[in-house]
Amino acid sequence: MQSFSTINNYQNPSEEGYYGEFGGAYIPEMLYGNVETLRKQYLQIMQDPIFQTEFQQLLKDYVGRPTPLFLAERLSKEIGATIYLKREDLCHTGAHKINNTIGQIILAQRLGKKKIIAETGAGQHGVATATVCALKGMECVVYMGEKDIERQAPNVARMKMLGATVIPAVSGSKTLKDATNEAIRAWINEPIETHYIIGSVVGPHPYPDMVARFQSVISEEIRKQLKEKTGTELPTHVVACVGGGSNAAGAFYHFLNEPTVELVAVEAAGHGVNSGLSAATTQLGTHGILHGSKSIVMQTQDGQVVEPHSISAGLDYPGIGPLHAFLYESKRGTFLSATDEEALASAFHLSKIEGIIPALETAHAFSVLPKLNLKPTDVVVVCLSGRGDKDLATYMQYL
Amino acid sequence: MSRLELLFKEKKERVLNVYFTAGYPNLDSTDKVMSSLQSNGANIIEIGMPYSDPLADGEVIQTSSIKALSNGMTLTVLFKQLANMRKSIHIPVILMGYMNPILQYGFEAFCKKAKEVGVDGLILPDLPLFEFEQFYGKVIKHNGLDFIFLVTPETPPERIKKLDSLSSGFLYAVSSSATTGKDKDFSKVASYLKGLQNMQLKNPILVGFGIKDKTTFDMATAHTQGAIIGSAYIQVLSKGGDIEESTRQFLNGVLSI
Repeated sequence: MQSFSTINNYQNPSEEGYYGEFGGAYIPEMLYGNVETLRKQYLQIMQDPIFQTEFQQLLKDYVGRPTPLFLAERLSKEIGATIYLKREDLCHTGAHKINNTIGQIILAQRLGKKKIIAETGAGQHGVATATVCALKGMECVVYMGEKDIERQAPNVARMKMLGATVIPAVSGSKTLKDATNEAIRAWINEPIETHYIIGSVVGPHPYPDMVARFQSVISEEIRKQLKEKTGTELPTHVVACVGGGSNAAGAFYHFLNEPTVELVAVEAAGHGVNSGLSAATTQLGTHGILHGSKSIVMQTQDGQVVEPHSISAGLDYPGIGPLHAFLYESKRGTFLSATDEEALASAFHLSKIEGIIPALETAHAFSVLPKLNLKPTDVVVVCLSGRGDKDLATYMQYL
Repeated sequence: MSRLELLFKEKKERVLNVYFTAGYPNLDSTDKVMSSLQSNGANIIEIGMPYSDPLADGEVIQTSSIKALSNGMTLTVLFKQLANMRKSIHIPVILMGYMNPILQYGFEAFCKKAKEVGVDGLILPDLPLFEFEQFYGKVIKHNGLDFIFLVTPETPPERIKKLDSLSSGFLYAVSSSATTGKDKDFSKVASYLKGLQNMQLKNPILVGFGIKDKTTFDMATAHTQGAIIGSAYIQVLSKGGDIEESTRQFLNGVLSI
């Protein structure tokens, strides 16, 4: 029933957006026009040299790319392998999210859109969207779960200062899933002049592929930088946290078809995978449809989406991008998880031994390093997807 | 000939389809709501299968869905409630809902069961054309169910023709691009509906989204065979009065001439 022709090519979903059996575009007719326009044009626009010139220029001069690949010596010594940190936390606005929003805002201009809407969990994508809207003089509305507005107050203030309107999502669990629902509904209500900048590799095709391509600059740089530092482009492991999975998709992208590189995705286990308060989607989910694509979804036997839990708003999501669902099912990716407690411990530990305060989301990725049975010859790249300023209120409770 | 085809053969104007959420206001109110709709002038009953994340629905139907789910509604429960409906319900009954709960039930099992209890057709707003043609459409047809696609004012004419050709029973014209339950400026909707009518489509057209009372029903049905009311009826049910009585008052108002 779906095209399986792409089964060994993780970088290119089928024309209808399938990675194996995951993906597609399960959307109401009201969104068809917008999504179809994107589907027909995104690759062409992204490959246009004029688009690329502007995109690359902004990544360099505005975002501050390339971001450093930092050899974490004390961490390496402790773990017993060579650990590099890809410093996405040093991007303008403090996380990798802006790689995608820069790309999508130029694309939205090309499509003649006047207004931008976005969903946000931790607020990093909301800030990154508000930022590029300010840069380009476009109206910006960000949907954010009411619960996340409370726990990510600094980012809410930043979005407002950047001129965005933040609308609380009050339905369901009042977190990222519900913010995404509200953003999609807003798009249905105003389809002509609005572009929806989805922040992760989720949503109907072509979003998962488009966002992965915009984020792929992360692994493009890793290859180049690793070659300069070690003489080889390929690490043994790439480790990244996964909610929807955008930083992981970007960090994995140029290694997807390199079978010697182990791709490690770290989900949020919340209070523990089997505690009933978790967001470890691949461990707890089954095949389903959420936010317009077929993937792995945390749901009841009756197909109702369940409310996840994670201490990190950015990973508090009951789904996962279709690319990651395919990496999981095809066993190309190694999927592990870290609890709230482990992530907190990692955040404090990394701060003390490397002088880097990571975002709570990112901290999950560090928690699995001791569990990977690494050898001294292993070269590991951890995607340090975001910085921890936004999480200080949480961290302060544990000081 | 399907019940929907028969209906439109006999009644060519002012066909009224009323939506309600299964399990709302109470888990076991399904029977009562259906019989009240039938006896007070509804021509089609559209049963909403509640889902936790209904993307095309506004607040009213979201709220009724959450309530219905907390009341314990599931597809299994719904099919049990509908098992004997054809002893008393003679008008067409269609199921409206989202793909995810149906996939968990099993798509083929769902279609088979729907047919078995006497359901006539399906509206699945997040089942797109591509997927329908690849796989799901065959299962639906094989089980003898009608399938109703949605078209909007932004749907290009070629696509309208295609969606019409794959639909049976009727074609669902969304009055404007919006989620359910939003008020509309119907003066703008009129030219869109006239345009649709002039396309000489295979199916009758029912207009939905924003139809809430006599005025909007009259406007919508001036150019098409009928209209669909959803959120406005849910609001009536939410007031908690006697279901039969409040349904009678509401439908009398809508259908008065």
